[in-house]
Amino acid sequence: MDFNLRTYLAQKTDAAPLAVFRLLFGVMMLFSLIRFWANGWIETLYISPKFHFTYYGFEWVKPLGAYTYLIFIICGISALLVALGLKYRLAIIVFFLSFTYIELMDKTTYLNHYYCISLLSFLMIFLPANAYFSLDSLLKKTSFRTIPKWTIDSIKLLLGIVYFYAGLAKLNSDWLFKAMPLKIWLPSKYDLPFIGENFMQQEWFHYAMSWSGMLYDLSIPFLLLYRKTRWFAFAMVVFFHVFTSVLFPIGMFPYIMIVSTLIFFDAKFHHNIIAIIKSIIKPFRSIYNIEYKEAYILKKQHIVLPILTVFFAIQLLLPFRYLLYPGELFWTEEGYRFSWRVMLMEKMGYTTFTIKDANTGSSFMVNNSDFLTPFQEKQMSFQPDFILEYAHYLGNHFSSQGHKNVQVFAESYVALNGRLSQPFIDKTVDLYKENESFQHKTWILPFQDEPSITNFR
Amino acid sequence: MIKKIVSVIVLALVIVACSSSDGDGDKKAADNFDRQTMLINWADNIIIPVFQDLNTKLESLVTAKDGFVATPNQANLDAFRTAWLNAYKVWQYAEMFNIGKAESTNYVYQMNVYPTTVADVEANIANGTYDLTHANNNDAVGFPALDYLLYGVASGDTAILNVYTTNTNAAGYKTYVSDLVNQMKSLTQTVLNDWTSGYRDTFVNSTANTATSSTNKLTNDFIYYYEKGLRANKIGIPAGNFSTNPLPDKVEAYYNQGVSKTLALEAIDAVQNFFNGKAYTSSTTANSFNAYLDYLNMAKGGEDLSTLINNQLNVARTKLQALDANFTNQINTDNSKMTIAFDELQKAVVLFKVDMVQAMNISVDYVDADGD
Repeated sequence: MDFNLRTYLAQKTDAAPLAVFRLLFGVMMLFSLIRFWANGWIETLYISPKFHFTYYGFEWVKPLGAYTYLIFIICGISALLVALGLKYRLAIIVFFLSFTYIELMDKTTYLNHYYCISLLSFLMIFLPANAYFSLDSLLKKTSFRTIPKWTIDSIKLLLGIVYFYAGLAKLNSDWLFKAMPLKIWLPSKYDLPFIGENFMQQEWFHYAMSWSGMLYDLSIPFLLLYRKTRWFAFAMVVFFHVFTSVLFPIGMFPYIMIVSTLIFFDAKFHHNIIAIIKSIIKPFRSIYNIEYKEAYILKKQHIVLPILTVFFAIQLLLPFRYLLYPGELFWTEEGYRFSWRVMLMEKMGYTTFTIKDANTGSSFMVNNSDFLTPFQEKQMSFQPDFILEYAHYLGNHFSSQGHKNVQVFAESYVALNGRLSQPFIDKTVDLYKENESFQHKTWILPFQDEPSITNFR
Repeated sequence: MIKKIVSVIVLALVIVACSSSDGDGDKKAADNFDRQTMLINWADNIIIPVFQDLNTKLESLVTAKDGFVATPNQANLDAFRTAWLNAYKVWQYAEMFNIGKAESTNYVYQMNVYPTTVADVEANIANGTYDLTHANNNDAVGFPALDYLLYGVASGDTAILNVYTTNTNAAGYKTYVSDLVNQMKSLTQTVLNDWTSGYRDTFVNSTANTATSSTNKLTNDFIYYYEKGLRANKIGIPAGNFSTNPLPDKVEAYYNQGVSKTLALEAIDAVQNFFNGKAYTSSTTANSFNAYLDYLNMAKGGEDLSTLINNQLNVARTKLQALDANFTNQINTDNSKMTIAFDELQKAVVLFKVDMVQAMNISVDYVDADGD
């Protein structure tokens, strides 16, 4: 291989794809935030719950009461500024921080695509997305036609990781050989026009969807990279994401991914987009004369590159951290999040808590709805780290109410991918004495199934 | 290149389709389960007949009450009590249907919130003015308030009759008991009329799988009733499962002191009959959760969930049958039997809330947020 890193890093490419990506990313984010607000979710998800499930190490990130709206406003304005390319560097930093803060407030709402957006916006902090077709370049009267090639490639790499790892995650026996969880999900879409009463009910269709979903995720980054298959791949992207958005309540994610994959197209395509936008805004066209320069030089490339190298190394390794834990990943969920395991399993639980006086032995059960929203209770019921955090909250709550020698026990039943529910948590363990850590949680009962789920990746 | 990929995908799919169909040949009888027939069965053979019967029983209650108010004597008190119990038993079949008019009028909360708050009942009677529909009066109306007024307002039948005859505010007691019964009748009539004049069609035609569609809402109501109305209210709360000590005064029909078990057994029958789609007025069964789970089970080849649920309900019923007719007595003499019954009821909650809901892929909450 005569791949030369130095030569590669010196390569230039047209600045238009990154500029269009910046514009569309900002617009999609702004729209997502408005939609989130309009649905009333700021209130129902962040303000009305009494208690919030936090991320380990980020317990200090909490909703700020009515000021939570302010975070969304800041996040929305920064998204708009990113789209416009005005004060870009500051705007994307503010966007990354405010968006990530929002996501860290309560892990009940964790979604892979929110994580994806946090990562993308972090990456974009280091990219010259305002070098071309931006208000910054308009005000500075300087625009750059080319930028380092690696900057656009880094976005392609991140998107490629998202897809490919999502495909790797599907390489398990439940997905491939039991068509689970699609076999549960698809028949319930009986109310879809045309396909609901026939295809959705057929076993072969569940298998076809499982396998084609897996093949799609694994192959799409490569099909997008090669010019000859690019349009075919993009058609697949559109079809796949529109189809999933019809099937599942996944909000904006499909559209964000469709728009994001445009980055794989060549510069001519993006110049056409810019031309269309320019013709729309023609009446407002500025009288400024912009001086077009050739190559944009990243000022601190020697600092940026090591940062991004570490960033991508983490991205490549983090999804495999589950290998460090014993037991079935889908069952314990130790190392499950932040790994592009998207729509991968159907899991439900029912978890009740008993508060016991260690000295007298007297006990009572907790009514979860006194403390949690239905959504929080649902998420808590099958995820061990939620169960532990909630147990501590209950322990503290009842201790402060004057109960003595408080012990907290959980009785939990969880059903995974259509299997019958089975005991999930050791009900003899006082969870109030257990602490959150990255260690394996020994009080999770082992997954009983013959044969167990096999991960092929 | 494209051709290669397409052919690889097609090949893979063919292999999978063939290899998977070998072992489980007869699972393919995936005749569609017609959810509308389930809704029609629920509406026409269960819900509407239940409300009709409840309405009839409440009519009798009104008649008995009128007789008692006109002539408060022992015979009329007995007739009033009998009519109360007859209606209360039918109520056990109706409480789970918190949908439509019942939901919008807070019907359930005006019929059976217990324990009733004696102070509120007495205050209403003393004041002579009250809004029975107000949320603050939920614990001063319905069957539990009647339970107090018919059995607990004084000790002994003679003393009770005195309340309605010689008491200085006897007229106030008679007016209140009359207003309560009339209100229960009128609420039920409203709910029934809504079902028979249009809502039935709305209900059976809402066949989609959304959070507000009939199947989803009624499944949620059904499970909520089982978990809260039956498991917690009738057994768990009085047995002290949710408190440091047992609370024997929180049983259903506390003042009657003899029918809490009867009502609980009616309730578990109501749950099981609905689960199996058994008609209210006959023994015929049609589509309901049972048949739906069997259909879904056939499709995915899993555990026989409907049998597991029926078995568990049968076990729970046996434990209920082993209890004293008066749960207050049972709690005071041997509360462990109550908690055993609770534990068996609890096991079916898991089967309903986790296994059944997962099989049907119904959302158990109304918070709509994105998934991924």
